[in-house]
Amino acid sequence: MTNGGLALAALCIPFAGIALVLLARRKPDLREAATFATAAMLFFVVVSLAPAVLAGERPSATLFEMLPGLQVALVVEPLGWLFAAVASTLWVVSTAYSIGYLRGNGEENQTRFFVCFAGAIGAAIGIAFAGNLLTLFLFYELLTLVTYPLVTHHGTDEARRAGRVYLGVLLGTSVVFLLPAIIATWVLAGTLDFRTGGILGGRVDATAAAILLALFMFGIGKAALMPFHRWLPAAMVAPTPVSALLHAVAVVKAGVFCVVKVIVYVFGTDALAALGGAGWLTAVAAFTLVAASAVALRADNLKRRLAYSTVSQLAYVTMAASLLTPAAIMGAALHLVAHAFGKITLFFAAGSIYTAAHKTEVSQLDGIGRAMPWTMGAFAIGALSMIGLPPLAGFVSKWFILTGAMATRDWLAVGALAASTLLNAAYFLPIVWRAFFLPAPERDGHGHEAPAPMVIAQALTAAACVALFLFPGLAIAFARALIGG
Amino acid sequence: MPAEHFPVLLAVVPLVAAPLIVVARSGFLGWAIAFAVAAATAAMSASLLARVTVEGTISYAIGSWPPPWGIEYRVDAANALVALLVSAMALVAMPYARRSVTAEIGQERQYLFYALLMLCLSGLLGIALTGDAFNLFVFLEISSLATYVLIALGRDRRALTAAYQYLILGTTGATLYIIGVGMLYLATGTLNFADMAARLDGVADTRPLVVGLAFITAGIGLKLALFPLHAWLPNAYTYAPSVVSAFLAATATKVSLYVLMRVYFSVFGADAVFRDLPIGPVLAVLSVAALFVASAAAIVQKDLKRLLAFSSVGQIGYITLGISLGSATGLAAAMAHVVNHGITKGALFLLAGAMALRLGGTGFDRLAGLGRTMPVAAFAFVLGGLSLIGVPGTAGFASKWALVAAAMGAGQWWIVAAVLLSSLLAVAYVWRFVECAYFREPPAGAPSPGEAPWEMTAPALAMTAAVVALGLHATPVLDAATRAAAALMGAGR
Repeated sequence: MTNGGLALAALCIPFAGIALVLLARRKPDLREAATFATAAMLFFVVVSLAPAVLAGERPSATLFEMLPGLQVALVVEPLGWLFAAVASTLWVVSTAYSIGYLRGNGEENQTRFFVCFAGAIGAAIGIAFAGNLLTLFLFYELLTLVTYPLVTHHGTDEARRAGRVYLGVLLGTSVVFLLPAIIATWVLAGTLDFRTGGILGGRVDATAAAILLALFMFGIGKAALMPFHRWLPAAMVAPTPVSALLHAVAVVKAGVFCVVKVIVYVFGTDALAALGGAGWLTAVAAFTLVAASAVALRADNLKRRLAYSTVSQLAYVTMAASLLTPAAIMGAALHLVAHAFGKITLFFAAGSIYTAAHKTEVSQLDGIGRAMPWTMGAFAIGALSMIGLPPLAGFVSKWFILTGAMATRDWLAVGALAASTLLNAAYFLPIVWRAFFLPAPERDGHGHEAPAPMVIAQALTAAACVALFLFPGLAIAFARALIGG
Repeated sequence: MPAEHFPVLLAVVPLVAAPLIVVARSGFLGWAIAFAVAAATAAMSASLLARVTVEGTISYAIGSWPPPWGIEYRVDAANALVALLVSAMALVAMPYARRSVTAEIGQERQYLFYALLMLCLSGLLGIALTGDAFNLFVFLEISSLATYVLIALGRDRRALTAAYQYLILGTTGATLYIIGVGMLYLATGTLNFADMAARLDGVADTRPLVVGLAFITAGIGLKLALFPLHAWLPNAYTYAPSVVSAFLAATATKVSLYVLMRVYFSVFGADAVFRDLPIGPVLAVLSVAALFVASAAAIVQKDLKRLLAFSSVGQIGYITLGISLGSATGLAAAMAHVVNHGITKGALFLLAGAMALRLGGTGFDRLAGLGRTMPVAAFAFVLGGLSLIGVPGTAGFASKWALVAAAMGAGQWWIVAAVLLSSLLAVAYVWRFVECAYFREPPAGAPSPGEAPWEMTAPALAMTAAVVALGLHATPVLDAATRAAAALMGAGR
């Protein structure tokens, strides 16, 4: 199969998985085996594309003409490969976790869950490999819609209300800001293809560029730039595997992925710098970064704290991209990977705690580390990676972002990074401290670990956080390929 | 069959079929004849559209009397497309009609239903294909009279008042139209559209002609449910039999929209209407009002068919908004939305009819828990709803894209904003259905209904599939719409 064919196969595999899951809906074990097989196959297909992409090839496939002159087309470039690799790797891990979680908690509608999950991964692959803005938009909206049943999985009034916020913010921003930005780009540039160096350079003046950039950045609601971040904490009403894979990885990473993609391939970093840069975006991202950390500091609900931590960490990526320097762009790409592994570990741990001990609040976690050492150990590793300490993945990406910020003497960005590191420590370390050093309340004598699949999943992702620090070569190579180095 | 007679046969075949059905006096025979006629008209329309795409405009002189003395049927890329929409919708509705009509209309009156449906089809096709202003009026009346009776056949007694209301307003509309045509005739001495266009060239802004245009705008505005002349539509669509709602929603207002386009762009010309007269801004303001007021009204309805009806008034606003831009791209966007919205609304009303069959009505109370009791119909309805919103991958997205691009090209930024903001209202009314179908429990004690019979589900699903297919691959419709716009603007100029 050609590499273009492989890219197409990667897109089709999750959707084929939906069919398999539906066919096997009456036999849960077979159904889960189908999800596993699909996820593993996707992983191998994505990995098999790596050498070609690193060698400078851009595997591409054209599906059909959606609008006159505009194809639904796939092109695999380094950033897209990174995103697809993260999503497909973690799909395998989180499938194991989901099975443990859904069965451990006796959740209903498990078939619908796995169908929508596969659909969400398919949409994420579509976003990752999108060859132009129209294809990107198609899968972006699909991702919103297919995750809606997951967010509202429990069908309660609370879930329905959260679903309204989720859909309202994500569809609203994409229709009111992102869509006109895309159509205006089409009208102005005559193409929507992603090209190295951008497609808008020389076709717009500084004012139009600034307006377009604002429309794009606020239109990509999945990147959760304030004030359009409310959907993310609302989505926490979903079962934890959904929060873990989708609201720590696929959906939010799709958001910041689009941000980087638009800045690098639609505007072009040099062209955007020549048009007056994106200073305001740095400021908005810096504000989001610090403000979200401050909210996280005060949240007692564990998932809510993690959600605001995500908002803050997403702003790292947006801020890094807005700096427009090569090192910062690399940092943005690396942070996309580092944060994915760290945050999914934290969510996995939160879900394990809920499944094994039925606890959701930070203040209930006293001494839980002794009953659940694996879970809280993984949590600690994830937390340290969030703070950005060596020897963990978060350190690598933060290093590059800081280098980029220093290179442009952008002290606002440097200051925001420093402040947020402290805040990160302030809201994560007390949890670890509580879990391991405070005595457990008397009545909780019967603590035990979470089911084995869940423990294995979080151990794997925590190990990956370490591995990405020790062997960052591959990820850095892709990030360097992104900036054309 | 001699292909050169297709233009007139399209109107004549269903017209002749109607008395045949009455003579047959059998519901089944009536259905069979109507089915055959619908298939024949669809085939003829498709063949005509293919021909005009290759050969350009076809002129057909009735009885070989040459125009402008005789009545001319003039087929181009615009009305061939409209004729195809009308006849294809009739064809899709026929397999569906058998079960639906049996459930909703008494056995002894069914043959009359099919006869009237044929008259209505004949009228709509006649309006689309004729090139003569008075002949258009005749077919307008044929289709309207048939429509009044069809609506009155609805199961609910309120169908009678709905039909009466439409009778009054529809007749007013037709009267205004014929007064306008009378003025044009006095000024130009001709009823042939192409001939009229030639004579109007350069003198269109004289007083009698402007008054005539105003009368026609108001008259056709009533028929196409231009806000605020839409009062008849919600009741008519809500209480009509299911098949009629679907057929009318997909075709009747669309044919009237085509007439407005023909008069504006072919007869008077874009310059006379949009440069010399303030019709553009007036139409734009009314359209934007429709987008917001009608869509907001849709959100609070208690009945699904009524919700769809108000949504139609709003969606027609997108089409008139495209017309109001007065440009080729705007007109093409309007034409694309005529097709895309026709298909979408047809699919949605067919699905609503399937629900009505199983649940005895489409009030939201009955629809609770539909996602579990009729999963296929509910999911298809959501897909159709996404097209009303304009989500990419559905037909509604393509026309919205074209409309926004056209408005940007014209520098009309407030129209861009209105189009995009109003689609959020569509999210709200579509999500009323979603939350009702998927978050509420089925009413206690109600029998678990199951899906509608396949004769009804299959056509509805076929149209839903078309909505998605034409969203993922919208080029054929958009290209056809661009050709239609070119034909409308070029004809007679």
